[in-house]
Amino acid sequence: MKITFERRTALSRPVLFAAPVIALGLAMLTSLILFAALGKPAGQALYSLLLEPFVGWYNISEVLLKMGPLMLIAQGLAIGFRANVFNIGAEGQLIIGALFASALPIYFPEGSSPLMLPAMIALGALGGAAWAGIAAGLRVRFNANEILVTLMLTLIATQVLNYLLLGPWKDPNGFNFPQSVIFPDAALLPILLSGTRVNISVLAALLLSALAYVMMRHRFAGYQLLVGGLAPRAARYAGFTEARAVWVSLLVGGLMAGLAGACEVAGPLGQLQRSVSTGYGYSAIIVAYLGGLNPLGIVVSAFLMAALFIGGDNAMVSADLPVAAVFVFQGLLLVFYLASLTFIRHRVIFNWAARA
Amino acid sequence: MTILTFILAGTLAAATPLLLAALGELIVERAGVLNLGIEGMMALGAAVGFVVTYHTHNPVLGFAVAALAGMALSLVFATLALGFMANQVAAGLAIGVLGLGLSSLIGKPLESQTLDAPGKLSIPLLADLPVIGPLFQQDVVVFLTLALAVAIWAVLNHSKLGLIIRAVGENPTAARALGFRVLRIRLFAVAFGGAMAGMAGAYASTIYTPLWADGMIAGRGWIAVALVVFGTWAAGRTAFGALLFGALSLGGLIAQAAGVALPSQLLASLPYAVTILMLAVISSNRRRMRLNTVASLGQPFAG
Repeated sequence: MKITFERRTALSRPVLFAAPVIALGLAMLTSLILFAALGKPAGQALYSLLLEPFVGWYNISEVLLKMGPLMLIAQGLAIGFRANVFNIGAEGQLIIGALFASALPIYFPEGSSPLMLPAMIALGALGGAAWAGIAAGLRVRFNANEILVTLMLTLIATQVLNYLLLGPWKDPNGFNFPQSVIFPDAALLPILLSGTRVNISVLAALLLSALAYVMMRHRFAGYQLLVGGLAPRAARYAGFTEARAVWVSLLVGGLMAGLAGACEVAGPLGQLQRSVSTGYGYSAIIVAYLGGLNPLGIVVSAFLMAALFIGGDNAMVSADLPVAAVFVFQGLLLVFYLASLTFIRHRVIFNWAARA
Repeated sequence: MTILTFILAGTLAAATPLLLAALGELIVERAGVLNLGIEGMMALGAAVGFVVTYHTHNPVLGFAVAALAGMALSLVFATLALGFMANQVAAGLAIGVLGLGLSSLIGKPLESQTLDAPGKLSIPLLADLPVIGPLFQQDVVVFLTLALAVAIWAVLNHSKLGLIIRAVGENPTAARALGFRVLRIRLFAVAFGGAMAGMAGAYASTIYTPLWADGMIAGRGWIAVALVVFGTWAAGRTAFGALLFGALSLGGLIAQAAGVALPSQLLASLPYAVTILMLAVISSNRRRMRLNTVASLGQPFAG
């Protein structure tokens, strides 16, 4: 038997929507087997991971809280991925964004100016964009691979965070814990749903998602970016450059990640901590792909991934699973999604007569 | 022990995990495949190697199982990248995440446990030399890895097998027209790279620092990927880069020994910063990069 893949001329709609669902199903099945093999209560684990996040108002609100940063970052990354610019260092850009935003309340812990919060948000976005901008500059000027540079910058960002929290930015009255002072009220985002930790940043994330959608579908800039990355030579003939695709992709990606970082410290954390990100920057890569690199798809996949994060916390308690189980599940999800993507792009032809 | 002796003694051991992983990735990339999942495969190999060695007290078995685990994960990558013609960057990231997750999961019960460091092997006469003597007192894996580096160089550049691998990477269409099974050769290359990464991880966790700590690979898989670029896809230069990084990673210890009061975070960042610097320096020679880059690197091939 010989199996061949024939590229589809038009994308098949039903397959387009079925692929992530099939991937989810297969990832569930595989992790069920895996958890059972590790001697964990597999059924309980899967219930905690996938269903419990939707049980009760508190759980749902926590999902919304986690959804914000994932959505923000993934929207930014998807712009680059569509243009074949691979920023995999959003984690580091988030950390630097959080650092920049935290500088204000740390140096003005008694601050009460209404300008504090907007300035923090702006600084956060700036910090993230600047950190990613290093990678863009090195790629455009020195041809250095942005995948490796953004990753290395993330490892450095983690060390910068550690240095500040163990040294100059450590709360002097904090019992030696590696965390900053608690931020004043003027440095905190307003709560959106009273009684929960959900703040207005989730609205901002949705708004920016809508903007990303409009940009992609209806603006020439989105098209230029796509061509600049996918077909640099063709783009040059048409008058727009690969360099611009690199700059825009990385700056916007970094900006969104920095924004997410600022919203974390000004939101649920209320201070700068070592665990300012629980892998949002890496998970957002998976969110971007699962959403089909489409702004609307990303909203859905960010919600799903956020639920997985909350589920992971639950499973730690109820099924004695380490937090790593979430990353295993995420990895499986992407593996199966990429496999099923083949069926979106190609028609599979089974030729039973031919020999492989 | 003088500082020079310390560097000579430590460099090879520090370089060995990088060398193993980078040489594996070199073969993969020369065959035209970009596998960015090295970090995950190394992490998995490290966990599996540690757990097996801890329970069986048999380091050889630990290495073997770690190699198999790395290979198994690389075959998941091969299924996506070669079988399903998926985007190789995304497929590499996927198995990277998967490998890191599995590594934490497998290693969790043994967190902070230690293993006995294996004995060192001294090369007679050479090990007794003044100053450079410690260079010849290493664990057996260091010597084997160096031998492997020479073997890989010889095979890649001076054998028919090497010619086939390079042909498949440079021009898969022509290679197929000559009758070579491109996908099968690439599959073997990816599996080899996976086994090497698995062993690199096992070396890191069972010999170099025989203690289990989650996240212990700490970017070394990514540095290995960068080393292949640094070596512009040549075995000798890649190996040289690995040794350079081995020496560099001792810089922190040396600075501390010399009484230089630098924040430990700065020293920890040093290898990453140097990786960035070295990528920029090497890659900025665009002509040289174009001449050396594997022509079909990262592009799917419809078998």
